[in-house]
Amino acid sequence: MGSSSTLPVAEAIATTPAENRPIVDIRTLSLIFKAADKPVTALDGIDLRINSGDFVSLIGPSGCGKTTLLRVIADLEQPTSGDITVNGLTPEAARLKRAYGYVFQAPALYPWRTVERNVTLPLEIIGLDKTERQRRSAQQLALVGLAGFEKKFPWQLSGGMQQRVSIARALAFEPDLLLMDEPFGALDEITRDHLNSQLSRLWRTTGKTCVFVTHSISEAVFLSTRIVVMSPRPGRILDVIDCDLPRERSLEMRESQRFQDIAARVRHGLAEGHSYDE
Amino acid sequence: MTAFLKARMPVLAVGISILLLWYGGAIWLNAPQAIEGFARAGRAWGAMDLVHQTFAMKRPVLPTPDQVLSDLIDSLFHYPPTSIRNLLYHAGVTAEATLLGFLMGVAFGALLAVGIVHLKTLDSSLMPWVIISQTIPILAIAPMVVVIFGNLGFTGLLPKAVISMYLCFFPITIGLVKGLRSTDPLALDLMRTYSASVSQTFWLLRLPTSLPYLFTSIKVSIAISLIGAIVAELPTGGTAGLGARLLSGSYYGQTVQIWSALVMSALLSLTLVGLAGLAERLIVGRGGRKGA
Ligand SMILES: Nc1ncnc2c1ncn2[C@@H]1O[C@H](COP(=O)(O)OP(=O)(O)O)[C@@H](O)[C@H]1O
Ligand SMILES: [Mg+2]
Repeated sequence: MGSSSTLPVAEAIATTPAENRPIVDIRTLSLIFKAADKPVTALDGIDLRINSGDFVSLIGPSGCGKTTLLRVIADLEQPTSGDITVNGLTPEAARLKRAYGYVFQAPALYPWRTVERNVTLPLEIIGLDKTERQRRSAQQLALVGLAGFEKKFPWQLSGGMQQRVSIARALAFEPDLLLMDEPFGALDEITRDHLNSQLSRLWRTTGKTCVFVTHSISEAVFLSTRIVVMSPRPGRILDVIDCDLPRERSLEMRESQRFQDIAARVRHGLAEGHSYDE
Repeated sequence: MTAFLKARMPVLAVGISILLLWYGGAIWLNAPQAIEGFARAGRAWGAMDLVHQTFAMKRPVLPTPDQVLSDLIDSLFHYPPTSIRNLLYHAGVTAEATLLGFLMGVAFGALLAVGIVHLKTLDSSLMPWVIISQTIPILAIAPMVVVIFGNLGFTGLLPKAVISMYLCFFPITIGLVKGLRSTDPLALDLMRTYSASVSQTFWLLRLPTSLPYLFTSIKVSIAISLIGAIVAELPTGGTAGLGARLLSGSYYGQTVQIWSALVMSALLSLTLVGLAGLAERLIVGRGGRKGA
């Protein structure tokens, strides 16, 4: 999105190199769910800045607010206090400008649509013509290894395949900012490795900004430029770990000492967060 | 074949029981009239004579199934379909009002449902009236509608269709409101992330989600719509339509005619509901619904 120069934060951007422009800027953000029995503090004092071209992973135990944080960025939840901008805009304005693509934890496919027509759904909404829709659908389905499944219906696919369709759907949208909530959680390890490589290459070649929720330490280290370690009740950021591996990642890199060191630090951070609980 | 028979056994058993009861009922209900006939003719009679006589009355209290069947066959095959002696002609007249009333009911019911789902104020202001409208007996409404429309110069098809519509919009509204509200929250979130407009969300998500509910309503509605059309034909005093046929049958004590008109109504109802079911399978069943 090149539109940020017209925005209120233009001055701040001017002092920053273009490639380090903040895409998501979160300051002392809190979110309290007013549940029936007692309020739940899902997010507490979150400070996070995600720059253009970053690949940021959110990692932490279940219920620490990873999904909630992603949904706040996407304007699907409203923070109770604090500030957040996306592309320099309010999350709502950014959403209305279709600033991001979102992959949910569940595939959320429409059962009455074929695989292809699920992938082209967002493209119909933004008004692309049929040839372009089909071109993009074919391209993204091939990327997630589902070429030839265009005419199948979701119920004819396994859970993992359905999730890959939902990833293709988000990619076909061609967003600059990709928000992904445990997209590979339901996949077997081989498919997962393959899609991790594909995603890493896509990120490197297109310069997209990614926010990625995961439970897997090695997945986080493999994909990210920064890893945000979170702890539950209330949802806080414990540590932000720079993951300064070369931008071009290979699966073999996971054997390297550098990779192991970073993974150890993440594991340590997670364990520390866990000890708050006991 | 035996497995087939076994599966059909209960249905067959009930069917045969009903037939036996029916013939038994015919003997019982027609006997007084038959005995009176014997007495008037001064004939001696035995049990078999009585049974024979009760099965062959001109104006029985309860006609036998074979009497109804032969009257139906006579009417359907011995007169041209345009003759007022052919029940197909009457079924056609009633079906016309039924279908027009049904279409108007679907349009009106759907309009209400869409309004109720999208506008909070309509939900609280309109829903009670929709429900109250159905507590007024149709037998009270029908003559009124006929009189009012007659005054405005409309007779025949339109008042009948309006009465049909009045009855059949209700299941459409209720079913569609429920269907439009049954959308998966995640699927709605997805639409939000695309910042889809209200109408895009409606056509691409809410309506397809509600189709199974809508078709359940449609099958109920079309049957009710037929009842509305038949009831509407009673006060119009018309000479055409299954309702008119029922009325004139009871007027002249033509019980067999009443029963054939009843059977014809049931057949028409089955046909209409069957067509709705077929449309459902063509539209909703299109490939992918199995997992939904
Ligand atoms: N809509 C909601 N209403 C009330 N509580 C919620 C809601 N959504 C999430 N929560 C609570 O907020 C906390 C964070 O949830 P979530 O962001 O889904 O965690 P994670 O994705 O890290 O597993 C949890 O305690 C969860 O129960
Ligand atoms: Mg989650």
